[in-house]
Amino acid sequence: MDARTESDTSSMKNRTTAERKSERELVVTRTFHAPARIVFEAWTRPELLKRWWAPKSIGITFISCEVDARTGGTYRFVFGHPASEQPMAFFGRYIEVTPYSRLVWTNDEGGEGGAVTTVTFDERGGETLVVMSDLYPSKEALDGAIASGSTSGVDETFKQLDELLVTLGASVGR
Amino acid sequence: MVQYSHARFDDSFAALSDATRRGVLERLGRTDASITELADKFHMTLTGMKKHVAILEQVGLVTTEKVGRVRTCKLGPRRLEEEAAWIERYRQLWAARFDALDKVVEELQQKEKSDGRKNRE
Repeated sequence: MDARTESDTSSMKNRTTAERKSERELVVTRTFHAPARIVFEAWTRPELLKRWWAPKSIGITFISCEVDARTGGTYRFVFGHPASEQPMAFFGRYIEVTPYSRLVWTNDEGGEGGAVTTVTFDERGGETLVVMSDLYPSKEALDGAIASGSTSGVDETFKQLDELLVTLGASVGR
Repeated sequence: MVQYSHARFDDSFAALSDATRRGVLERLGRTDASITELADKFHMTLTGMKKHVAILEQVGLVTTEKVGRVRTCKLGPRRLEEEAAWIERYRQLWAARFDALDKVVEELQQKEKSDGRKNRE
């Protein structure tokens, strides 16, 4: 509901949608008022990527951005975050790079459970529909990604509570 | 976004403060299960497992349905709300990126026009 009101002010075409398409897949879509060639460049040239991948509102800043957007090439994004001393690195390999139409890369920072990201650029009448799909290796991997983003803090709290209860139980037993 | 009353949060907190009940949620996240299956899996009596499930059901983390003699448990609406909230945050992240990308794309188009060239290089 609230997500819809926000887009009423701008054209529906500019709306970003996100959906869990299946047990293993998340899909994000957005239309850009530009030819696919131009949008594709902004996804594959590091100096351009750097300018939009970490907008101010999401609270992270680029420390470095290495991109070799060729089939078999690799990428590595390193970000800083005010709440963390350690920089965060995101990296992987381009499985497929087809100019102006398709990008496929791995997300290897999380080890085995990482998704494979496919981005397609579909140009129609001077506009380009971008569809980004994250395909996880299993339902558990996607559930895990969602759970770690939504409840990790809570889980941590419960773990501490468990420990506290054990301690309390032990002291009562004494 | 979604606000829960304090009472509800406290109840959920209590419901989740037990390792078995968290295990049950994890198990149901993979697939639905009957009370009997859950009791076996966590080496418990049926009565013991029924109590755990009842507590989870009270706070909306689990729903159950009885078909014939079997009571099947699945994740409740609360879990689904959490997932929906996560997807919405994910959407907002990409919406913010794409708004920034709009500006980059616009600039590239302007530059191309002023360069008066259609080709990439």
